[in-house]
Amino acid sequence: MFLEQLINGVTLGSIYAIVALGYTLVFGVLDIINMAHGEIFMFGAFVGMLIVSKAGAPLPVAFLGAVVVTAAMGLLLERFALRPLRGRPGASHLASLISTIGVSILLENIAHKIFGSGNHLFETSFAEIRFEVGPVTIYLVQVVILLISLLLMTGLALWLARTRAGKALRATAENLETAGLLGVDTNRMITATVVIASAMGGVAGVLVGMAFNYINNQIGLSMGLKGLAIIIFGGMGSVYGAMAGGLILGLSETFVVAYGSSGYRDAIAFVAIIVILLIKPQGLFGQAHAEARR
Amino acid sequence: MRRSVRGIAVVACALFAFVFMGAEKAKPAAKPAAEPIRAKIGVISIITGQGAAYGEAITNGIKLARDEVNAKGEVLVDLKIEDSSGKQEQALAAAQKLINSEQVVAIIGPTLSNEMMVAGPEANASGVPIMGTSTTAKGITQIGKYVFRNALPESQAIPASIGKAVKKHNIRKVALLYGNDDVFTKSGFDTMKEVSGKLKLNILTIETFQKGQADYKAQLTKIASLKPDAVFCSALYNEGGVILAQARKMGLKVPFVGGNGFNSPKVIEIAKDAAEGLTVATPWFGESNDPKVKGFVAKYEKAYGKKPDQFAAQAYDAFHIMANALKAAGIADRAKLRDSLAATKNFQGVLGKFSFDAERDVVMSPIVLIVKGGKFTIFN
Repeated sequence: MFLEQLINGVTLGSIYAIVALGYTLVFGVLDIINMAHGEIFMFGAFVGMLIVSKAGAPLPVAFLGAVVVTAAMGLLLERFALRPLRGRPGASHLASLISTIGVSILLENIAHKIFGSGNHLFETSFAEIRFEVGPVTIYLVQVVILLISLLLMTGLALWLARTRAGKALRATAENLETAGLLGVDTNRMITATVVIASAMGGVAGVLVGMAFNYINNQIGLSMGLKGLAIIIFGGMGSVYGAMAGGLILGLSETFVVAYGSSGYRDAIAFVAIIVILLIKPQGLFGQAHAEARR
Repeated sequence: MRRSVRGIAVVACALFAFVFMGAEKAKPAAKPAAEPIRAKIGVISIITGQGAAYGEAITNGIKLARDEVNAKGEVLVDLKIEDSSGKQEQALAAAQKLINSEQVVAIIGPTLSNEMMVAGPEANASGVPIMGTSTTAKGITQIGKYVFRNALPESQAIPASIGKAVKKHNIRKVALLYGNDDVFTKSGFDTMKEVSGKLKLNILTIETFQKGQADYKAQLTKIASLKPDAVFCSALYNEGGVILAQARKMGLKVPFVGGNGFNSPKVIEIAKDAAEGLTVATPWFGESNDPKVKGFVAKYEKAYGKKPDQFAAQAYDAFHIMANALKAAGIADRAKLRDSLAATKNFQGVLGKFSFDAERDVVMSPIVLIVKGGKFTIFN
């Protein structure tokens, strides 16, 4: 049972990690928590479901469709909920937090209107492919989810560290005005960040559908809250922190159920987070506040 | 203003009729064909917000029954429908409005047990008979002697389904799984545990989950590794369907026994083949060959374009029980209606034979169903 639960935990953790990556990217650059990220993720899952289960198209098309739709949603989010508030004299950071909460409520209700409140089957033959390793059954989906999350993490880390665009992004994160003075098109960088983060939410949405076979309009809320906890735990704005935090949360939740009591599943996972934060307040991979976020 | 004038008029009429009746009592009862009994009955249901689907089914069932009763002409009922939104304070306000301004003779509803916990005492204190059609929690009719229900409580349904399943599959070891953030699923679980104890079943593990959870693999992997003979699962259909699908996919093939929350065609819609073998007990079976049930299903489908569910059926029967009691009372009077309601015995409705016990609670035998070939069938 240990190995099976380990696989369950890693799968869940990888999905948490991808959701958290979206939060961490936006927070790292904009210093705001995008409360609508969970709902954008949920829309990604629904778009994937429509393409795979209803239209019967292959999975890559589902990923593509989900990415296109969620990226467009990110664009709209930035244009209408974030940009109007940015740089306005007297607008506090909380203003954009509230506006994203507004967007999240709007999106959840739109999903309710379109898709209803029940569970939708996410049916794909790919999810049935499995192989036996000794006594353990591993689904290919589980391997793919882990790979995609690792790929996204390293890709994002490399992009931020090595490329020109990544450099511009970090400059923007460091100081909006200075970066602007130095010739960085900060508005474009910010838009790009939100769009990329949203697109990653779309990928995570399709992965959730593949892994659990069912989606509903509430998954944005539950996954979103976990994602938020993870970035605080892993270190705000840290890519590796999101990954490590996601895996730790997923594994601890799974093993609490496996060897303890499922009634304490969330309690123990969050107690662990609190304990780590007490020891290292800036989070696992977070830097002390005076230094710039990377 | 107008409303209160009308209210006074109704009371005056009722009083007048009451006095008149008193005067006539001396003669042997011999005038049924005369004036029809006119009564105003209040309905409290969830019309808006979460759970509006239940309210829709309930009010549809009641309206259908009202049309039938009014068409007969012996009892003429004027329905006053109020929205509770599933909230306690709104249910209470609705009850007060119906009792004091509308001066109804009785109330059907509210939808949730929580709501009944506040609306029930209010109606009881005012001496207005109130009947829940979907309130299955413990202690509802113990609120007071004016509180009734025709909703089969889980504490009666679950022992029936577990009893049959245990006998048929020779179950000795079980795993229990339930949603611990919902009063309904929690109380279903309490009953399952109690029944397991009575039948001396070995409970291997008790696992929990929360509403809207997407991933049940950790719990199910643990349950599968303990090799139970069956899983008793107290869940609503939305979570229940997903649990079944994930359990079957990971190779947990033992029978599942569920509570009433599992009893919905939606389970099969969600879980598809994985729903096979699911056993539930229910007061309502829409595929039954009983002509009464068939007639109701056909009428309901014609009127509303969909098949009636358990909530519609219970509401439909509740209204007929109420109308019958009104007829027996011979007058739209709250206290008399209460007495004749309490005397209801062997009422033949779409849910089968129905009586109230001494505590105004349900006496009926649930039907045990099993999913076979993609639909609910009678468990033999």
